[in-house]
Amino acid sequence: MAGELLPGLFPNGILRYAIGGVLIGLGASVIYLATGIIAGASTFLESTLSYVSGLDRFNRAKYVASRDWRLVFTGGIVLGAFAYTIVSGDSFWTTAVQPWRLALGGVLVGIGTRLGKGCTSGHGVCGVGSASRTSIVNVVTFIGVAILTAQLVQLAGVSP
Amino acid sequence: MSQDRHVLFMPTILLGGLIFGVGLAWSRMARPEVVLDFLQFDDLGLLFVMGGAAVVTGIVFALATRFGGRAPLTGDVYERRLKSFDRNVLVGGTIFGVGWGLSGICPGAAYASLGIGNVTILWAIGGMFLGAYLQGYWRQHRTDTTTPTTAD
Repeated sequence: MAGELLPGLFPNGILRYAIGGVLIGLGASVIYLATGIIAGASTFLESTLSYVSGLDRFNRAKYVASRDWRLVFTGGIVLGAFAYTIVSGDSFWTTAVQPWRLALGGVLVGIGTRLGKGCTSGHGVCGVGSASRTSIVNVVTFIGVAILTAQLVQLAGVSP
Repeated sequence: MSQDRHVLFMPTILLGGLIFGVGLAWSRMARPEVVLDFLQFDDLGLLFVMGGAAVVTGIVFALATRFGGRAPLTGDVYERRLKSFDRNVLVGGTIFGVGWGLSGICPGAAYASLGIGNVTILWAIGGMFLGAYLQGYWRQHRTDTTTPTTAD
């Protein structure tokens, strides 16, 4: 196991990560097999904005037609994480990452995922799973830039 | 369209979301700290989250597109997720990367983070809605005032 060979790189082993990853893939697969829909998490942002914004861009048919089930999908994600926490006996947990990092990072994530046609689930899980060249280029780009950014932020002494 | 939906459509979406959320919590990817540990090379476990998920969807998509025919609840043909490539894919990926590296959070993980009790994550979710709104506003303004583009 990689976790035993490279303990420095995998201080928490790999099992929980692999199990979690397989479940994420299964969740997307259940929806795909039943409906043919490839569900990404970031389209929810724009489809939900169509409830409150009159902007044409958010009220295109593809958003208005999918906004109700995307709310249900997102609600399922929240509930699933909640159920795991209860059943596993984990205590509820709050991040120590500073609010300005979350807020500013969130704005950039909102812009970048929508401009770039997808996020970690759309491009990263479903696009890569489709062997899509567009998605692979996008994923390599965002992971590379994210590594650079996180390392620079750490170098600048910002923690957490 | 919603009137024509199969009675099991919404329950299936909910079930898929639940499993998805359990996976994000189980893998700890719902914690920004775990993502930042990965990006700072302190714990590379996240590779197995994204890799594990992509292997599952890769197998399922390949089998369904080849042998599956049509999806039972919608009658839709199974297709792979193929998006056209243009400059936005790179620009968007870069902006997303800066945001992910700064905050340690992406959309799906942010929703799951709420479920593990991380109320502080609302800063990130609020930011994401603001960012999605800003790009939509800007792109609509651009297409309204210049020649229409097919950017999507």
